[in-house]
Amino acid sequence: MKKKKWPETWQEINPGCMVFEPASARGYHTGSWKAQRPVWDDSKCIKCGVCYIFCPEGCISQDDEGFFRADLDYCKGCGICAHECWPGAIKMVEEG
Amino acid sequence: MAKQVGMEVGIAAAEAVGLCNIDMAAVYPITPQSHIAEHLSDIVADGRIDAEFVTVESEHTSISCVSGASATGARVYTATSSQGLMYMHEILPIVSAMRLPVVMGNANRAISGPINIWNDHSDIMPQRDAGWIVFFAESGQEVVDMTIQSFKIAEDNDVMLPVCLNMDGFQLTHTVELIEFPDQKEVDKFLPVRKPFATLHPDHPISMGTLGMPEIYAESRKSQDEALINSKKTIFKVWDEWEEMFGRRYKPVETYLAEDAEILLLTMGSMGETAEIAIDELRKKGMRVGLVKLRLWRPFPFEELKAVVKKAKLLIVTDRAVSFGGSGGPVFIEIKSALYHEKERPLVYNSIIGLGGRDVPVRDFVKLIEEAAKSGEKGIIKDYEYYGVRG
Ligand code: SF4
Ligand code: SF4
Repeated sequence: MKKKKWPETWQEINPGCMVFEPASARGYHTGSWKAQRPVWDDSKCIKCGVCYIFCPEGCISQDDEGFFRADLDYCKGCGICAHECWPGAIKMVEEG
Repeated sequence: MAKQVGMEVGIAAAEAVGLCNIDMAAVYPITPQSHIAEHLSDIVADGRIDAEFVTVESEHTSISCVSGASATGARVYTATSSQGLMYMHEILPIVSAMRLPVVMGNANRAISGPINIWNDHSDIMPQRDAGWIVFFAESGQEVVDMTIQSFKIAEDNDVMLPVCLNMDGFQLTHTVELIEFPDQKEVDKFLPVRKPFATLHPDHPISMGTLGMPEIYAESRKSQDEALINSKKTIFKVWDEWEEMFGRRYKPVETYLAEDAEILLLTMGSMGETAEIAIDELRKKGMRVGLVKLRLWRPFPFEELKAVVKKAKLLIVTDRAVSFGGSGGPVFIEIKSALYHEKERPLVYNSIIGLGGRDVPVRDFVKLIEEAAKSGEKGIIKDYEYYGVRG
């Protein structure tokens, strides 16, 4: 059965809208919001990790070689990573 | 054994909280609630109870603080008045929406301006739609009894809602009354340790106070409304248990000589006792008058009120707050609309009285009822009037 995205009726609402499943926000793909996505130029990257720290979605992670990438399911395209990356290794490009 | 003591009602309110095995309180002092804050902090500081008393810098923080503690499963108390309650306003609907049991005493005081520290109900009325259970106490005994009852009601897992117990500032909070205190053992039996429905704990992560998208916001509001309406059942159950253990009966709508009355006066809070004397005087003159005292403001006791007033010819609703530019005071607006669909219903007259600490002695109630009766006979019912206003 397909998991429901939200309660169907008011009777199904948990008291106080409490959420009993930890980390259930994972099921909410903020990636659908974005109009732009970050593209990394690893030749400019100094692996400082600033993009990783500043990403408000926490969707940037480091790969085996120490470079950074965004999980595009959650990247909302805010551009903060590109703004903060002072060596200019991240460029925001239009989606689609 | 229950003991009777003469005590100032504000102090008695704190003593009642002291009997309730609270885990924490956060109270910011404000006239005329200060004696509750001071005395409760004494009770904690003297080691009479094992609880935290958090000294906060404002009411916005006191209500936030007790709510956070309530979310961890603690039994919590706060108290406020007037501007303090207004400052809490932003948080009040969040506490009820998050279904957090909190008990709050409110020493009713007029709101500014002009600046006024005396008694009326203009502080609680703007909080009407905050989703809280709202009680009005008439005497010191009721303040003590209802404080203890409020914890049991708020924390019941069929309710899980905050409760505001109103007590008239000065008229009630600063009056010394003979009050019967239940002893600790009896209170412990009536009010066992809280068994929370859910708690914030790192070992069992859950989320409270989450975002509600347009897809579920209306459903969440409806479910909260149902919870408040449904709380009536628990309120009545708790009052039955109270009567069984302590012998004092509590009803959502109290009456005095209302049975055969043609004219009914409706009051909320401490004015009821003065109004009773006026009713006695008018009865002696042969007037068939009676009194209705509203104890439960939210959830509003529609059936109980309708049953009491339907046979009367005239119902005089007193309001102690103004709804500027509205059709009358807030209590009147509620009651008049409640009666709209009834076939059997009295004419409803609205008198705004006792604003900002203006005394309403027995003779004023007598005059008010006599004047309303006269215009009622002629069928002239004005929208609302400020009783005794000069000019
Ligand atoms: S902020 Fe720029 S330079 Fe630093 S790790 Fe991220 S991409 Fe590389
Ligand atoms: S665009 Fe925004 S959300 Fe996407 S990776 Fe960069 S900082 Fe994170």
